[in-house]
Amino acid sequence: MSRRLILWAPLAVFAVFLAVFAVSLYSPSQRTVPSRLIGQPVPEFRLDPALGGRPGLSSETLRRGQPRLVNIFASWCIPCRAEAAQLDALARRGIPIDGIAVRDRPEDLAAFLRAYGDPFATIGADNDRQVQLALGSAGVPETFIVDGNGIIRHQHIGAINPQDVPALAAAWEAAR
Amino acid sequence: MRGIFPKNLSGRGMLSALLACLALAATPALADSLMPAARYAHTQLADPAQERQAKALMETVRCLVCQGQSIADSDAEMAGDMRALIRQRIEAGETPDQIRDWLVARYGNWVTYDPPLEPVTWPLWAAPVLLVALGVWLARKRFRRRRG
Repeated sequence: MSRRLILWAPLAVFAVFLAVFAVSLYSPSQRTVPSRLIGQPVPEFRLDPALGGRPGLSSETLRRGQPRLVNIFASWCIPCRAEAAQLDALARRGIPIDGIAVRDRPEDLAAFLRAYGDPFATIGADNDRQVQLALGSAGVPETFIVDGNGIIRHQHIGAINPQDVPALAAAWEAAR
Repeated sequence: MRGIFPKNLSGRGMLSALLACLALAATPALADSLMPAARYAHTQLADPAQERQAKALMETVRCLVCQGQSIADSDAEMAGDMRALIRQRIEAGETPDQIRDWLVARYGNWVTYDPPLEPVTWPLWAAPVLLVALGVWLARKRFRRRRG
């Protein structure tokens, strides 16, 4: 009897293999890459101002006792246009927002802010994406919430939709 | 190609096929910036030994936006910026292992094609050894029986 069963074992193993293969083939692949730095201090960085006459952004700004929202965006990024209204709404709630402009030319950035609004307290120019990579961000737009001690508390991947605003505001409150 | 171009293209079919091609061509342009590539995205390091180290590391680092390719193979702008980051750090004297650890600390083991030995990954290494051992054991039983 046990011999019989052993004869069927390879087929059973093959069936299991086939099942795993079929399930992974039809389940959607992982699209977002979360940062592993949640709960850890913001890496040290200093970015030049992305626009003349405006302050740039450094990690020191993110350790001044008040939680801040750090938005990684770009004028060439289409979803960033869609989330601009939500950033304005968050700024109206009194949440300070700092921008990291990824690979952006000042004239494009100025036109973007004119067209879609400007909720940013500071905007740093990340021309080689070095700060974006240091934060563990894998694309634009992404939004981090950093508490008053410079600890990263929350990451939002992709555009902020209207239904995401309460959760982000709550995450900012929680970081106080 | 057969899926994209129907056999008999009517005027309208031709137009929509053309528009589809244009849309396909336009998508990457929207995903990239207008800025020139980073200095070391497409430029090798002056020191051949350093460049060899950098290249070997690039081949084991996964592109964040294309996900199925290494950054050495990918033409994405993000991959270019990651190549530049690796070359700059190698040039500044960091070892490939330090840079890999830096990336893993940010993106997890997912970012490397050379995952470390861990409870989750040890079956990858152990399975071939176990299967070969099983094969030897089965074969030995067979051969013994024949002799007897």
